[in-house]
Amino acid sequence: MIAFLTDGVPRRGLRLLAGLLVALLALPLAAGDYLITVLIGVFYFAYVGQAWNIMMGFAGQLSLGHALYVGLGAYASAALYVHFGVSPWLGLWAAMASSAAAGAAIGFLAFRFGVAGVYFAILTIAFAEFARIGFDHWSWLGGSAGLFLPVANYTGNDILALRGSPTMFYYAMLTLTAGAFLLCHALLRSRIGYAWLAIRESPDAAQALGIDVFRCKMAAVMLSAAMTSLGGVLFAFYYNNLFPEQIFHISRSIELILGPIIGGIGTLVGPIVGALLLSALAEALSEIMRALGVDLPGIKQVFYGLSLLLVVMFLPDGVWPALSRWLGRGRRGQG
Amino acid sequence: MLLEVDRICKSFSGLRALEDVSFGVPEGSIVGLIGPNGAGKTTCFDVIAGVTRADGGEVRFAGTRIDGWRPDQVCRAGIGRTFQLVKPFAGLSVMENVIVGALNACASVREAKVKAKGIIEELGLASKGDAMAASLTLPERKRLEVARALATGPRLLMLDEVMAGLRPTETDQMVALLRELNARMGLTILLIEHVMRAVMALSRALIVLHHGHVIATGTPAEVTLNPAVLDCYLGEEAV
Repeated sequence: MIAFLTDGVPRRGLRLLAGLLVALLALPLAAGDYLITVLIGVFYFAYVGQAWNIMMGFAGQLSLGHALYVGLGAYASAALYVHFGVSPWLGLWAAMASSAAAGAAIGFLAFRFGVAGVYFAILTIAFAEFARIGFDHWSWLGGSAGLFLPVANYTGNDILALRGSPTMFYYAMLTLTAGAFLLCHALLRSRIGYAWLAIRESPDAAQALGIDVFRCKMAAVMLSAAMTSLGGVLFAFYYNNLFPEQIFHISRSIELILGPIIGGIGTLVGPIVGALLLSALAEALSEIMRALGVDLPGIKQVFYGLSLLLVVMFLPDGVWPALSRWLGRGRRGQG
Repeated sequence: MLLEVDRICKSFSGLRALEDVSFGVPEGSIVGLIGPNGAGKTTCFDVIAGVTRADGGEVRFAGTRIDGWRPDQVCRAGIGRTFQLVKPFAGLSVMENVIVGALNACASVREAKVKAKGIIEELGLASKGDAMAASLTLPERKRLEVARALATGPRLLMLDEVMAGLRPTETDQMVALLRELNARMGLTILLIEHVMRAVMALSRALIVLHHGHVIATGTPAEVTLNPAVLDCYLGEEAV
């Protein structure tokens, strides 16, 4: 089992990962609330980025509407909790089921009728927008006024109802992120992983080699959607408020895919590195602007955009492929 | 007959690519499909492989009708094919390319890796196993096409111009390999080929297509003496 998980990963990389995991597990003992909050954001983007990467990075299907699954997951679990007192641990199954169903609907329409590439991406946007407008008018879910989870002043962490301190969410998000990483690692080495990569590279050749392209693409979309919706569940219970205008918004879909694009599409570590870099960049820019006393509206966004531009220009494959080449070279240098 | 093509027709918006094309490929044989450019050879392959749907006629493989099946179903039924315009998985390594094919015939990824390794060695790509398919030269890509198709564990291997662009020594190697596979495993081969040196050396029977019609069938010796074939394809100098 261990051998299976570590198969093909350089030893240096493994040591690095193990060290990182231990450090992250121990971190809440030393860190303040601020760092915890920032890292919850990092894990969230690393996780949903990883989920998106299954569709785009592995199976080659570009989704620009993943906010749909975040929103569906958030609303499904929150509504069950608010209206019926259903624990999010049960609600998350409804979240995954509804998102997988939405993914299946999009996938079926697209893959059956040959909607591919850019047109497929537009279809994913359309569904997310459709949901945004629909939920805006769904009064049972609060409509445009929003859906709120009761925020009680808990002395302890109620894990069953996911009510509690940021530290609890920190561990929940970390678990999800690590779990997604391990799952994707295993998937890439499985039969369906090879099928996805083949479809990404050449659907015609993949089909000629006995791969049921339709089914494999459907599996990628449904799995990616279901995983993304889990991120939505934690999002809902962490932030305690949901607005269709925000959670289904296209900017959320874009935000979600920046991590894997910057980190390296199709790589396992890319979404994590990307999320970390983007958060670090945003925080650093805030600090620098504060230190310099610059208070121009939007200036932070300008620098953020410029930084992304530079990364995409000089590292078009993302940061992680370049970094791992560098790590690999270091290893060979050691002998 | 392992493969029976029975009166298949195919038109592309008015152009009749195939008209009442019938032929058979006996189990264990090597059959060449030849003819001038535009004769309908690749269309014929695409119909058999399920890429193109015929307007009429039947395709039977091992007694089962397979016309109308999807390409992946045809592959799983036991027909492996290569593409004339090679379609490597460019972003994957040579080894991974072949593993994808081998998974069609293997129960586990571990097993597929072993099989893929063996096939890569047979096709002289062992030293390139870790190289990205994108980095291969055209002759290497042609060999990768064969390796991948072979890895699916076919009973019938359909090769679409895999010798084109190969040097004479490479052609001879490929001919030797295909002969060996045919003799050792009883692999049935149907090949489209313009390299006469290879076709004549390999084929036990030839089918000649011209303007979507089968104009001659027979042994290479018979076909090369057929006046119609000489006229449209081989030319009089070939005699």
